[in-house]
Amino acid sequence: MIEAVGLTKRYGAKTAVHNLNFRVRPGAVTGFLGPNGSGKSTTMRMILGLDTPTAGRVTIGGRPFRELPNAARQVGALIDAKAVHGGRSAYHHLLSLAQLAGIPRSRVDEVLGVVGLHGVAKQRSRGFSLGMGQRLGIAAALLGDPQVLLFDEPVNGLDPEGILWVRNLMKRLAAEGRTVFVSSHLMSEMALTADHLIVIGRGQLLADMSVQDFIAANSAGFARVRTPDTEPEGREKLTAALVEAGGQVLPEPDGALRVTGLELPRISDVAHDTDVRLWELSPHQASLEEAYMRMTQGAVDYRSTHDPRAGFQPPAAPGYAVQGGPAPVPQGWNGPAGYPVLPGEQPNPYAQQQPVAAPQPPQAPQAPLPPQHLAAPATPPQPPAGAPAVPAAPSAPADLTKRDTEDAR
Amino acid sequence: MAVTAQVLRSEWTKTKSVRSTVWTLGTGVVVTVALGALISALAKNDYENLSPKDRFAFDPTFISFAGMGLGQLALIVFGVLVVANEYSTGMIRTSLAAVPQRGVFLFCKIAIATALALVVGMITSFLTFFVGQAMLGDRGADLGDPGVLRAVVGGGLYMALITMFSMGVAAMLRSPMLSLGVLMPFFFLISSILANVSATKKVGEYLPDKAGQKVMQVVLVDDDAPYGPWGGFAIMVLWVAASLVGGYVVLKKRDA
Repeated sequence: MIEAVGLTKRYGAKTAVHNLNFRVRPGAVTGFLGPNGSGKSTTMRMILGLDTPTAGRVTIGGRPFRELPNAARQVGALIDAKAVHGGRSAYHHLLSLAQLAGIPRSRVDEVLGVVGLHGVAKQRSRGFSLGMGQRLGIAAALLGDPQVLLFDEPVNGLDPEGILWVRNLMKRLAAEGRTVFVSSHLMSEMALTADHLIVIGRGQLLADMSVQDFIAANSAGFARVRTPDTEPEGREKLTAALVEAGGQVLPEPDGALRVTGLELPRISDVAHDTDVRLWELSPHQASLEEAYMRMTQGAVDYRSTHDPRAGFQPPAAPGYAVQGGPAPVPQGWNGPAGYPVLPGEQPNPYAQQQPVAAPQPPQAPQAPLPPQHLAAPATPPQPPAGAPAVPAAPSAPADLTKRDTEDAR
Repeated sequence: MAVTAQVLRSEWTKTKSVRSTVWTLGTGVVVTVALGALISALAKNDYENLSPKDRFAFDPTFISFAGMGLGQLALIVFGVLVVANEYSTGMIRTSLAAVPQRGVFLFCKIAIATALALVVGMITSFLTFFVGQAMLGDRGADLGDPGVLRAVVGGGLYMALITMFSMGVAAMLRSPMLSLGVLMPFFFLISSILANVSATKKVGEYLPDKAGQKVMQVVLVDDDAPYGPWGGFAIMVLWVAASLVGGYVVLKKRDA
């Protein structure tokens, strides 16, 4: 059990973490989310006693970290995959840490096997890739077989197989009754791994709830309605009728309608009343990523701006269309065929960011996300059309790998 | 103190598992002995040209330690790397997450590195003395002569102390480049300049290396220093203590 009470950290005039109160319970994977610079790492470091809080306190099992007897046997942490002396071999790195905690030498071989670094254990870690560094860091966290585990961005740099492995490892550790606290900015990954979420933005607590509650509280579902392609006038008729019935209707790129504010039976009734046939009427649940984006819109510190490339000649190579759109989005995603850009809408940095963890189907367009002032319930959310809903994605990386190997055969 | 034993064992693994340990300490031995031998050989050839006054002040033991001024820089590098590499690699966070008792961590690290520097320093000191005396031939001193054994043992202690001093400085500054950038010019240039310019001579005599090197002198004629060999050594010990306390306070107080 990790407990923070009024946890505050200031660096000079800048407040990195402000009055955080939360509990991380054993037996569950708790995701720690927040945009870059929101104070995730600072909080992690305060939990580990590396940084001293300006005010408040954080305890593990009721005690501040620095007062824990044999802390390494109780708490394992991956803070930074690069926090290794590059001239030292993986084996000696782990051995020195094991000796620090009085852990027998044989345990080093065990954890090297667990993280799959047996073959490179005697090599100097300077030559390790980021993914290998992450595995070494995870090995160090597992050394003492601790009851409390902290991982700061553990899947950065890992390949799909490694991501799946980390995900299963976290779940297994939690199932064994341990406290697992994982920070990440990859929402899609957290949706698959975490049971509980703690979200911070600009150093303040935004949410502390289960994943299901988080999605329910922060995103409105919508209905996809499709009228026969052969009768375009039916589509307009239905749109008018739905708006009259109190719904919000947005056209989707493929000709379907996205309806919010109306229950599915009501939509069906309206369609029936207006005498329009439906080819599709399906419920859609917003993903965790959308829920998160919606919540942290106002707390993003580092927002990308449009790159005007002033002074650069447009590339002469054929096939690269020069575009002067409001956002540097590949054409087709935001062009005439894409979503209508709402007035006042800003390009969102996350919208251009392909999630590394769970690759979405390539044809799924990235949606320009609604800004905060439009995020009231009255405004429909705009998730990527056809993007996998939460339950659909878990096996995506694994399936991709499998498909690859099958293709190779 | 189970924790102390664990940390000592861990620090020993850390120290011996990086190549810089062998390189820095090896360089220290080679440079000190080789330069000491060279200068001893030159001094022997030059002895005939010395004035009677200089012949009276001729100190064969101290001459054989002439390489130590350069060789100590290698030990300074060793001391700085042992401490500051924890910071530059980020390893300090992993280490302190395993040993929250920062004082135990720092002083175990310093103890291991000092023990190693002391062993290497003693070997260097005796080696450079014997090689130097061999070069000086009949102008040389004998280990049994009064004050000579003290000077040779003092030479080994001096090398351990200079390593400790640089570890304390590195714990305060936390960056290998910054620490070396301060320590190298200081011991290689500034200290010598201060001690040889008459206006600053009085200050220069109290600097750690100048005071500490007094213990390696046997012939103390024409010496106007206000302290003896062990007095100078004690001054250096005070410098080392100050630097270690500073390093400890910084580690204790500041965020890692």
